[in-house]
Amino acid sequence: MAEPTTVLAAEDSPLPRIPVGDWIDSGLDWVRENFAPAIDAVSDVTLAAVDGLTDLLLFLPPLVLALFLAVVGLLARSVVFAVGSLAGLLLIQSMALWTESMETLALLLVAVLVSVAVAVPLGIAAAKSDRVSAALRPVLDFMQTMPAFVYLVPGVVFFGLGVVPGTIITIIFALPPGVRLTELGIRQVDRETVEAGHAFGSSPGQILRGIELPLARPTIMAGVNQVIMLGLSMAVIAGIIGAGGLGGVVSRSISRLDVGLGFEGGLAVVILAIYLDRLTASFGGSGQGRRGIFAALAQRRRRPPSAPPATADPTTGTTPQPAPEPAGRR
Amino acid sequence: MTALRVEGLFKVFGRHPAQAVDRLRAGAGADEIRASGATPAVIDVDLAVEPGEIFVVMGLSGSGKSTLLRMLNGLLEPTAGTVHVGEDEITALSGKPLREVRQRRISMVFQHFALLPHRSVLDNAAYALEVRGVDRRTRQAAAREALTMVGLGGQAAKRPDELSGGMQQRVGLARALASEADVLLMDEAFSALDPLIRREMQDQLLELQARLGKTIVFITHDLNEAMRLGDRIAIMRDGRVVRLGTPESILNDPGDEYVERFLADVDRSRVFTAADVMVPAVTVPVDVAPRAALDALRGRGGSALAVVDGDGCLVGVVTASDLLASSGVVAAAVRPPAARVAATASLAELLGPAGASDAPVVVVDDAGRPSGVVDSRAVLAALAGAESDGRPPAGSVGDHAELLEGSRG
Repeated sequence: MAEPTTVLAAEDSPLPRIPVGDWIDSGLDWVRENFAPAIDAVSDVTLAAVDGLTDLLLFLPPLVLALFLAVVGLLARSVVFAVGSLAGLLLIQSMALWTESMETLALLLVAVLVSVAVAVPLGIAAAKSDRVSAALRPVLDFMQTMPAFVYLVPGVVFFGLGVVPGTIITIIFALPPGVRLTELGIRQVDRETVEAGHAFGSSPGQILRGIELPLARPTIMAGVNQVIMLGLSMAVIAGIIGAGGLGGVVSRSISRLDVGLGFEGGLAVVILAIYLDRLTASFGGSGQGRRGIFAALAQRRRRPPSAPPATADPTTGTTPQPAPEPAGRR
Repeated sequence: MTALRVEGLFKVFGRHPAQAVDRLRAGAGADEIRASGATPAVIDVDLAVEPGEIFVVMGLSGSGKSTLLRMLNGLLEPTAGTVHVGEDEITALSGKPLREVRQRRISMVFQHFALLPHRSVLDNAAYALEVRGVDRRTRQAAAREALTMVGLGGQAAKRPDELSGGMQQRVGLARALASEADVLLMDEAFSALDPLIRREMQDQLLELQARLGKTIVFITHDLNEAMRLGDRIAIMRDGRVVRLGTPESILNDPGDEYVERFLADVDRSRVFTAADVMVPAVTVPVDVAPRAALDALRGRGGSALAVVDGDGCLVGVVTASDLLASSGVVAAAVRPPAARVAATASLAELLGPAGASDAPVVVVDDAGRPSGVVDSRAVLAALAGAESDGRPPAGSVGDHAELLEGSRG
């Protein structure tokens, strides 16, 4: 009489119980048994890449690396951004989370590199063929809507605990926006411009490299930006399965109910996220609206020599205007 | 040798295109085909474009003109029929050979310019040569030359979006010219420009064409533009060419009601030239007697005589009434013509002078020798669309001659 109603409902259901979970389990088992060498190889390569990059990032003194990253920010964007990121990075170090942050950054960079390397060609294929696009769409939907935590289990089943499954599931989780936005970007390229390429006798490869990819660049870069953001969130979740880094800090804080530690870990993640987001966003511009010193240099190069040199206004990041020399400046 | 030859060309979009072509050939109407789910865009078009001519394809949107143009360089594959560029059959080519024809033989200018925004104006103009694999220095030199030709020599380092619409289309034109192809396809090339710039571009195209002698297929929905530019015009409607001919012949004989309705909007004063309305000049030397001059006028017909000096150059004009009023030699009655114009001057240029003076306008050649006389009534007749028979208005010469006879007797 006191039977839980949910169980009753399931037993009373006229539909048969479909053991989807069992099928997945046996499918995974089969893959694990039959592809063991491949899995080992992937595992070794991933581990070597992430460890190598972590070592490289930690090889430099934190202050030097932070300065270097700030300078990159200055070149790509603005002085304000450079100062802000330097302050943020120094704060990470002051919270004694530098090593963990660099571990997460290394994992993220490897995962993003692979994700983009897979996503962009897939996106191009999807843009070129409606059939490929139709086949990819449900797969991407599946990958994007599947709760992030569900990826952890098969990751562990295949690759055990540690950095490797963390990297692999980050790759998979971060992939979809890269594919989608690449496809979108290329499909959005002005039809007439592509036609012009054909009309002057360009080969499909010349059109892709010379017209479609450059014109789709802002959208593709938005995709890369999304890949990085999603990757970062997954890289933290992967802390649960022992991927280390900031994810490890966060999951430790959960198990110990240590609010302060959790907040510190979270703050470090936020700083990394903002730095990477703003940095990649600055590469997405169309060239005209680009800010920072790269853009100012590019502008100056394009100007005829007679024109006054461009002076970038770093605080507002507006398009450089030839400004009169301030009095008293030598 | 025709530069471009189109034979039995069909393009049907949608379901069962080949079947639709068979039915169209058997005489089915376009509406019937549309009902069966296919859309005929181009139906049984035959054209031959001669080297060096500007061939205008004119039609409203949906008439199939852009589809036709895109089959000329293989951007679209016809459902049936053939296209020859020179001796190459475009419709039989694909892949690399087709690309080679596009690289060397046939280039294109687009309605919305289709420039590459991430490249400089110079690199845009050099695009065709770059695709062909020409080395950087050679192609940039050629691109610079083409840019100078279209008046953009100083803009080479700029980006396309730093230029105005008219200038951007000049880059598009320079890109097509730099490819050195002798056939130029222009798809509504000036339609996106405002009217003043459009006129300027039309003038420039005509000027370039006079120098370069390309074979140009120009698509437009603007009949005035078609009349201004075209050596010949094909008017398309619902996928078919309904009228083909020179601007003047189409104006004089529209052929059907559809074309006639179009023509209502045409500015005829810009289509017809002085050569179309003039009558051959009857010349007399300055020192001839008025009597002999009147005889000449009566004998050849015309409202006025062109008076010339010893070299045959125009001195002035005399009308019958001038001769009647004068005593002594013709020289005393000579007065300046309303204007001296070239044979290619449009009627629009004649209107002012013809209205300001009752003397006729004289058409002179490069050496200043009179070749024709334009009576203001002939101008009005041409503008009204009446067939000008080239004869003088009634009651001008003959009556005066009679008068003179009478006064003598």
